[in-house]
Amino acid sequence: MKKYTDSGKKDTRSGFGDGLTELGKTNENVVALCADLTGSLKMDDFKKNHPERFFQVGIAEANMMGMAAGMTIGGKIPFTGTFANFSTGRVYDQIRQSIAYSGKNVKICASHAGITLGEDGATHQILEDLGLMKMLPGMTVINTCDYNQTKAATIAIAEFDGPVYLRFGRPKVANFTAEDQKFEVGKAVELQEGSDVTIVATGHLVWEALLASEILNEEGISAEVINIHTIKPLDAEAIIKSVKKTGCIVTAEEHNYLGGLGESVARVLAENHPTPQEFVATQDTFGESGTPEQLMEKYGLNADAIVKQVKKVLGRK
Amino acid sequence: MADIKKLEDLVVQVRRDILRQVHKVNSGHPGGSLGCTEFFVALYQEIMERKEEFNMDGKGEDLFFLSNGHISPVFYSVLARSGYFPVEELSTFRLLNSRLQGHPTTHEGLPGIRIASGSLGQGISAGIGAASTKKLNNDDHLIYVLCGDGELQEGQNWEAIMYAAGNNVDNLILTVDLNGQQIDGATKNVLPLGNLQAKFEAFGWDVLNIEKGNNLTAIIEGLNNAKSKTGNGKPICILMHTVMGNGVDFMMHTHDWHGKAPNDEQLEKALAQNPETLGDY
Repeated sequence: MKKYTDSGKKDTRSGFGDGLTELGKTNENVVALCADLTGSLKMDDFKKNHPERFFQVGIAEANMMGMAAGMTIGGKIPFTGTFANFSTGRVYDQIRQSIAYSGKNVKICASHAGITLGEDGATHQILEDLGLMKMLPGMTVINTCDYNQTKAATIAIAEFDGPVYLRFGRPKVANFTAEDQKFEVGKAVELQEGSDVTIVATGHLVWEALLASEILNEEGISAEVINIHTIKPLDAEAIIKSVKKTGCIVTAEEHNYLGGLGESVARVLAENHPTPQEFVATQDTFGESGTPEQLMEKYGLNADAIVKQVKKVLGRK
Repeated sequence: MADIKKLEDLVVQVRRDILRQVHKVNSGHPGGSLGCTEFFVALYQEIMERKEEFNMDGKGEDLFFLSNGHISPVFYSVLARSGYFPVEELSTFRLLNSRLQGHPTTHEGLPGIRIASGSLGQGISAGIGAASTKKLNNDDHLIYVLCGDGELQEGQNWEAIMYAAGNNVDNLILTVDLNGQQIDGATKNVLPLGNLQAKFEAFGWDVLNIEKGNNLTAIIEGLNNAKSKTGNGKPICILMHTVMGNGVDFMMHTHDWHGKAPNDEQLEKALAQNPETLGDY
């Protein structure tokens, strides 16, 4: 088994902020827009270094999305920053018409996604955003797992032509992927090779999947762990290849089981290689206030929940 | 000086294009299109600095954004007759596999269109974005936006209007098509807009009126006046008083023709009031 170590807990949103700082230095076409959450999105450095390329739009997300679409005309690459809820549900029609249908090169960067936003509660904990975004034709959907991957993804999407939804979170979590990684949009990353079960995870659940694979290993169960950072387009080839070997799969995500990664994987398997699958996801529910750890536990989004689903799916092989 | 006679001929021809487009497919929006015909002709023929070749990035030229996308028939006609695509293509309006979709879009690659519109209230934001990029690119050309009056009921507009004034977006000229009508009736009965001049001024915009919004000379004068006011720290709003359905007597002063096509008899009557000038497509 490969050993992964946490180099020190960091928030994924800081990965975004630091990636943006880097882009500020290397790509003069990158501009940033923020809806009154500069500190929360860690965009302060970009704002300080490039005030002429930073656009504070106030608490007006609809206008921010429309402006971002317009800014692409003339060659700018706009990165919008606000919470995931206000990056998607609140502005769905603006994204649909002005960005996705119009084919604009806007990078929608969404922090505080999912239940780990914590104490603010369900009004802010969007668990539907992946579904909303992946349904839009032409939209690329990315959910990164740690600080290093989020930073690499932020830098990579500036070179990627087309609208992108980049989802990340609020809490400090394990930082375990390589600092110098090359981020390839649409490419799955195999983290652990195994033969009994495939665990496909995205976002904060990737670290939990690695912890689960260690627990399973001690019980003699060999789990293959795949990090799917790009939910759309999905790396179908990597998933099919893995389940052909293992014969069953568990998907894990911080999202409603309706509309998320799990459903995308299920479609790929139904079409190509029908395979028993279990889901680690929220069960069509809103969240609530609590600490991230408490919420992950209560809503079944941690290593223990993954282990449980692995045992269930193994029984269906 | 503008050759008004030549422009008037074009206006009449564009009216014919509008009527014939919507009649053929028995759908589309002739009322608002006819009400803005003089504006489109003036803007594309006299006001905007445009490049011959369409380029999405639009560097080094003025750009136009249509927010009330349902008046696509007038937009398509004027784009075609300004050289962006063959006028014959107007015969494909709203047909399957056409680049001339019901509402304008970039999706099928129609030259002259820079963003999709149709779902209302999004054009001013796009215009502000494009205007901001012009400034970053040190491009001193202007951004023009047209929106409907009823459309101002959408909240996003007021986010955009607040932003533009607060951030000195002074390379933007917004024209509001003030025809007082929307689908369900007069704007004053559906949801009163109140005093738009006072509202725009309170938000920090420079406001001017074109009282005769269907008069080419008045429109050209008004737009030139607006141009002269750009670069002074404030976005510019023109309240353009128009008559919906202008140029076809039975379509004027009513919301009835907002989204309804004329039948054969009505088309004949409407075309008779606008005899062919530059040749039908």
